[in-house]
Amino acid sequence: MTLSVQLAHRFPGFTLDVEFAAPEGVTVLFGHSGSGKTTVANAVAGLLRPDRGRIVLGGDVLLDTEQGTDLPVHRRRIGYVFQDARLFPHLTVRQNLTYGRWFAPSGAPGAEMGRITDLLGIGPLLTRRPAGLSGGERQRVALGRAILSNPRLLLMDEPLAALDDARKAEILPYLERLRDEVRLPILYVSHSMAEVARLATTVVLMEAGRVTATGPAAEILADPAMAPALGLREAGAIVTATVAAHEEDGLTRLESAAGTLFLPRVAAPPGTALRLRILAQDVMLATARPEAISALNILAATVEDIRIGDGPGALVRLRAGGEPLLARVTRRSAHALDLRPGRAVFAVLKAVSVAQESVGGR
Amino acid sequence: MTDWLSPDEWRAVALSLRVSAWAVAASLPFGLLVAYALARWNFWGKQVLNGLVHLPLILPPVVTGYLLLLTFGRRGWLGQALEEWFGIVLAFRWTGAALAAAVMAFPLMVRAMRLAIEAVDPRLEQAAGTLGASRLWVFVTVTLPLILPGIIAGVILAFAKAMGEFGATITFVSNIPGQTQTLPSAIYSFLQVPGGETQAARLAGVAIAIAMAALLVSEWVSRAVARRIAGS
Repeated sequence: MTLSVQLAHRFPGFTLDVEFAAPEGVTVLFGHSGSGKTTVANAVAGLLRPDRGRIVLGGDVLLDTEQGTDLPVHRRRIGYVFQDARLFPHLTVRQNLTYGRWFAPSGAPGAEMGRITDLLGIGPLLTRRPAGLSGGERQRVALGRAILSNPRLLLMDEPLAALDDARKAEILPYLERLRDEVRLPILYVSHSMAEVARLATTVVLMEAGRVTATGPAAEILADPAMAPALGLREAGAIVTATVAAHEEDGLTRLESAAGTLFLPRVAAPPGTALRLRILAQDVMLATARPEAISALNILAATVEDIRIGDGPGALVRLRAGGEPLLARVTRRSAHALDLRPGRAVFAVLKAVSVAQESVGGR
Repeated sequence: MTDWLSPDEWRAVALSLRVSAWAVAASLPFGLLVAYALARWNFWGKQVLNGLVHLPLILPPVVTGYLLLLTFGRRGWLGQALEEWFGIVLAFRWTGAALAAAVMAFPLMVRAMRLAIEAVDPRLEQAAGTLGASRLWVFVTVTLPLILPGIIAGVILAFAKAMGEFGATITFVSNIPGQTQTLPSAIYSFLQVPGGETQAARLAGVAIAIAMAALLVSEWVSRAVARRIAGS
């Protein structure tokens, strides 16, 4: 099921004009605050009627201003998880969770409820009222409530933004599990690079009411041209790898299309697919295979593109066995090593971080 | 039960209770609608409606009664039509007393409900919409439960006001024992005759008791509702 969005709306002092498609998986609408992300989400949900636009979800026209089609909010069947959980204070957690089921066209199967409460770890909260829940618990209940309303699309507007880091860490694994186990397309609004790196299958980059780039997450994140918009410090590639074995000295061997990688013991059984994040600033480049070096992870790669920045730095996009990588080097080094598209190099990885949960083979 | 009040006094109390109950019950749906409209909708003439609703609060009650007489009296344009088409006569009947009480109590009812509606976070209603609830269902399942304390407060306030209504009532439907003689009118009548003070005092005591009971009940109910919402 694909969501295709085309919108134009004029606010006083701000014009929104976007067009993108969100395929299956998690599509992250990424941009700074004020770039119009939430407006897009509200228009998709039907909470805002744009001046002009056409929104189609899996063949169903939700909005077409030219033909005068505008499906009202309650008939769009889009589960919306808001930044502030917006639980109903007069209902218990259980009643909040089942609220949408009263209105769902064909009631969700009975097992669903137990599965979702297990998945989100909210089973023990069912008899409580929202006023007595912590921020993280509320957000998980809000997630469950949206999913149990039997939606065709999940819309999440910075569901983690109002939480502190500890609560974010508490919820992110649930979101990852959700993405992998609940087969729903998810449109996720965020301005956090960490969330994009962990969750996104597709990225839609927004700036000042316009879409500046869109594509598979791995490609967008490894595109040097996108780095200024994404944030230089956060720029980096995503590599999918499979746990091959846990070795005796405490390292875990992972196999990826880019090559073999060794990481400090990863808590996942062999065969698990993992999503690795390799920041551009943690990648060094060498033109010959470095020897007598402490770094374990050295990948053979080819330079694809170089982007010289305004400062002393340069971003280099590499391709290692089909996987995109991004390296941040100085301009001086780029000259000294004669880096240009097509040149074979070795990428030395200083650090690799793991998103702990599986990516379900995606 | 009845021996400490004379039959006349008892009739006045019973009539007042009936008049007030009908006044509140009949105006409740309109009060809720007007409160919702004033709180949430933008429409042409909103300020005019707001002014009309509040008029009985600031007009001398006698003027309100006089206007009711002009409109709903047997020769009033609406009164005539009501009598011709439906056989309903309001002037000098207890139904007229209920109308007068309803009109006088309306602003208090609307005010309490409007404040409650304005306090409901519209974002909760939006959330209900995204979960599949139509406008009407959103109102029934989210808005209504959340404004329940306000509705109760409005109803009790209006009931108390209706119980005490005097000026508009006596102007519109006069002061006929057993017909339109409400509690305040009865107290007024007893004070007009020599030796009526004790009876007036007894009725005043009844009025105080009813008002106190109403206040206590409303306090108790709204606390119970608030406790449910806060979730203990």
